[in-house]
Amino acid sequence: MSENQKSDNIGEASVSASRIDASCRVPLLALFGGAALWLVVGLALSLAAIMTFHKPDMFADCPLLTYGRAQAAANDLLLYGFCIPAGLGVMLWIFARLSQTELVLPMIPVVAANIWHVGVLIGTVAILIGDSTGFAWLEYPRGASVLMFAAFLLIAISAVATFGARRERELYPSHWFLLAALFWFPWIYSTANLFLVTHHPVRGVAQAAIDFWFANNLVFVWLALVGLGTAFYFLPKLAGRPLQSHYLALFAFWTLILFGAWCGIPQGAPLPAWMPAASAVASSLLIVPLIAIAVIACKTVCGANVTCKGGPFCYVKFGTAAFILSGLMLIASACPQISRVTEFTWFGPAQVQWQILGFFAIVMCGAIYELLPRVMGFGLPFPKFVRLQHWLFMLGILLWAGSLAVGGVEQGMKLANPQAAFADSTDAALMFLRVGTTGLLLILLGSLLFAANIFAMTLKWKLALLKTVIAYIKSPLETAPDRAEAGEVKS
Amino acid sequence: MKNGFSVFPAAFIALGLSWCGFVLGPAKQLGTEKQAAVLNSSDTYPIQPTGYATLGLQVYRANGCAACHTEQVRQDGVACEVVLVKAGKNPAAVSNLVSTLKLTGLTKDEADAVSDQITALGGSVETHIVPVGVDIARGWGARQSVAADFLYNDPVQLGSLRAGPDLANIGIRDPDMNWQLVHLYAPSAVAKNSAMPPFRFLFEVRKLGDAPSPDALQFPQGFAPAAGSEVVPTPEAKQIVAYLLSLKADAPLYEAPFTPVTTKP
Repeated sequence: MSENQKSDNIGEASVSASRIDASCRVPLLALFGGAALWLVVGLALSLAAIMTFHKPDMFADCPLLTYGRAQAAANDLLLYGFCIPAGLGVMLWIFARLSQTELVLPMIPVVAANIWHVGVLIGTVAILIGDSTGFAWLEYPRGASVLMFAAFLLIAISAVATFGARRERELYPSHWFLLAALFWFPWIYSTANLFLVTHHPVRGVAQAAIDFWFANNLVFVWLALVGLGTAFYFLPKLAGRPLQSHYLALFAFWTLILFGAWCGIPQGAPLPAWMPAASAVASSLLIVPLIAIAVIACKTVCGANVTCKGGPFCYVKFGTAAFILSGLMLIASACPQISRVTEFTWFGPAQVQWQILGFFAIVMCGAIYELLPRVMGFGLPFPKFVRLQHWLFMLGILLWAGSLAVGGVEQGMKLANPQAAFADSTDAALMFLRVGTTGLLLILLGSLLFAANIFAMTLKWKLALLKTVIAYIKSPLETAPDRAEAGEVKS
Repeated sequence: MKNGFSVFPAAFIALGLSWCGFVLGPAKQLGTEKQAAVLNSSDTYPIQPTGYATLGLQVYRANGCAACHTEQVRQDGVACEVVLVKAGKNPAAVSNLVSTLKLTGLTKDEADAVSDQITALGGSVETHIVPVGVDIARGWGARQSVAADFLYNDPVQLGSLRAGPDLANIGIRDPDMNWQLVHLYAPSAVAKNSAMPPFRFLFEVRKLGDAPSPDALQFPQGFAPAAGSEVVPTPEAKQIVAYLLSLKADAPLYEAPFTPVTTKP
C-alpha cells in the first residue's frame, strides 16, 4: 500500500490538494526564486573561476575575481544559495502534502526565505572582498551565518508545525529523512560556527578536524537526507508504484546517518591517526546504505509503466543514480590505497560537484518542475525547457564532473611518481579542466532555462494578482438598486 | 518508526556519536596542545610567528590560496640509513665491506646488523632515521606534517588540492624574498608555464622617481617593467611573502622523527 497514493485520496476528502498547494505558494516562490537566481550566479562565478586555468592572468588586476575568492564564493552559492533553500521549499511542500493540511504559519517561511537570501548575499560579497573565514564550506562571516541560522530555524518551525498537524499519525519514509535533515543542520552549523568563527576559536589543527566534520555532514549527509527524502516521495508517485519497501528504507536511513556522519576526514590529514582510520572504516561501511538505496530505487522504478520523456521522473531517477555514484566516489577516496593517488587532486572536487549538481540539483529541479505547476495553479510557461534542461544538465554534469574525476586520477598518477616533475601533474589535469569547462557551460545554460521558468511563473502570478487588485478597485460599488435587481432576477 | 519522536533520538544518537568523535575529541586532544619538544635538543617547536608573518596568513586566507595549495606533507614510513663516520684502523677492510653492503632503506634490525658488522672491523657508524614517501622524495619536506606544525595558525589552511605545489616548507625551499615577490607578481617570469594567476593587485607600478625604491622588484631578464617605472610591493605582498618564508616544518619531533642532515662547512 502506498501511503502516497492513499494520502492523496484521503487528502481530497478532507482538505483538497489544491488548497494545500495554494497554501505553499508564497513561501515556495520566495525560496525558489532566490535559489534559481543563486544557481545562475553561482555557476557563472564557477565558470569565471575556472577561466583562470585557460588564461592565468585573466583577473590579475581584479582582486574580486581572483581564483581563490571566486571559486569559494561559487561553491558556497551553489550550496547555501541554491541547494538549501530549494531543499527546504520542497520539504515544506512534501510535509504539507503528507500531513494533508495547509502549510502552518505560512508567513514565517516567507520572511525567513528573504532573511536567508540576504545572508547569502552578505556572505558572497564578504568572500569576494576578502573577508572569508578561510574554512572550506564555512567561508561566510559571522554576520551572514547568524542570519542564515535564524532563517533556518524559522523555516524549521513552520515545517515541524505542519508535520505536527498531520492527519495520519504513521510516518512515511520521506518524513524520517527530512526530519533528520531539519535536526542535522542547526547542530552542525552552530557547532562549526561556535568552534571556528568566534573570537576564540579552537587552537591549531583541531580547526581542520572540525571543518572536515562539518563539511562532510553538510555536503554529503545533509544533501543526501533531503535529496533521498525527496526522491523517496517522488519516485513512487511518478512511477505509480509503492515504495519498495519501507523496511529497507528504514534500514537505509539508519545506516546512512550512522556511517555517513563519520566520513570526511582525509587519509593524509596531519591529525592523530585514529581519526582518518575511523573515517576510512565508516566510509567503507557506507556501501551498506548505498546498496539498500539502489535496491529501493530499482525495485520501485523497474516495472513502472511510465516513460519519463525528459520530465521530472527522468530528473529524479538520474539524481538517485548519481547519488549512488557520488557515494562510491566518496568510499573510493577514503580507501587508503586509492587515496594515495586521488588525494589532493581534482578527484575530490569532482565528487563534490557530482554530489551537489549531479545528485541534489537534479533531484530538486525535477521535484520543483513537478510541484510548482500544482502550487501555482497553472502550467509551466516554457514546458519544452524541462526536457532541454534535463539533457543540458545530464550532459553537462557528465562532462564537468567526469573530466574532473578522470583528470584527477591522471594528475594523481603523476603526483605519486616522484620522478615526474610537479608541472607534469598540473599539465595532465589542465586538458581535462578545459574539457570540463564545456560541461560547466552546458549546466549554466540549463540553469538559465530553470530560472526562466521560475521567474516567468512568478511574474505571471504577480501580474494576475495585480489584475485582480485593479479589477477590484475599478469594479463599481454595489448599490441598493443593484442588489434589488439581482434579487428580482433570482426570484 | 511509526512515531514522529523516534526520528529525533535516531538522529541525535547518530550525529551525537560523530560529534563526540570528531569535534569534542580533537577539541580536547588537540585544542589544548602546547609547544612540543624537539628531539635531541632543548628547543621547543613551533616558534610563534610574529609581525608580518602573522598578518601574511590573513592575506593568504583572504585570497583563498588554500584553494590550490596544500600545507601538508605525507609520508609512507621511515627507513634507517647507516652512515660511515670513521673508517678506523683498518680502512681498506671497512671500505671493502661497506661497498658490499646495502646501507639505505633498512629496517631497524637490518641497520643494527650492518652497523655491528662495520664496528667489528673497527669502523664507527651513525644510524640515521630517514622518512620515506613521494612528497619527501620531491623535496617538499624532511618529514610528514603533524598537528604541532599548525599550533599557531589561525585559521589553519591545510588545503585539499594541489593545483600548485605544497607549501609546508616553502620557507626552506625558496627562501629568496625577491624570488617570491616576482613569482607573485608574474609567476611565469620565474616558473615556466605556471598555471598560477598573477597577483598584480598586490603590487604598485609607479614612475621611477629621483631615487628608486629599495623595495622595488628585481626581475629576471626579459620581464622587467617598462623603462622609467618600477614595481613595488604593497604591504599585503610583503606580508604574504613573510608568511610564506615562515613556513618551515623542519624540527624532528617525537611523532615525526628524523635525523637532521647537518651540512659541514
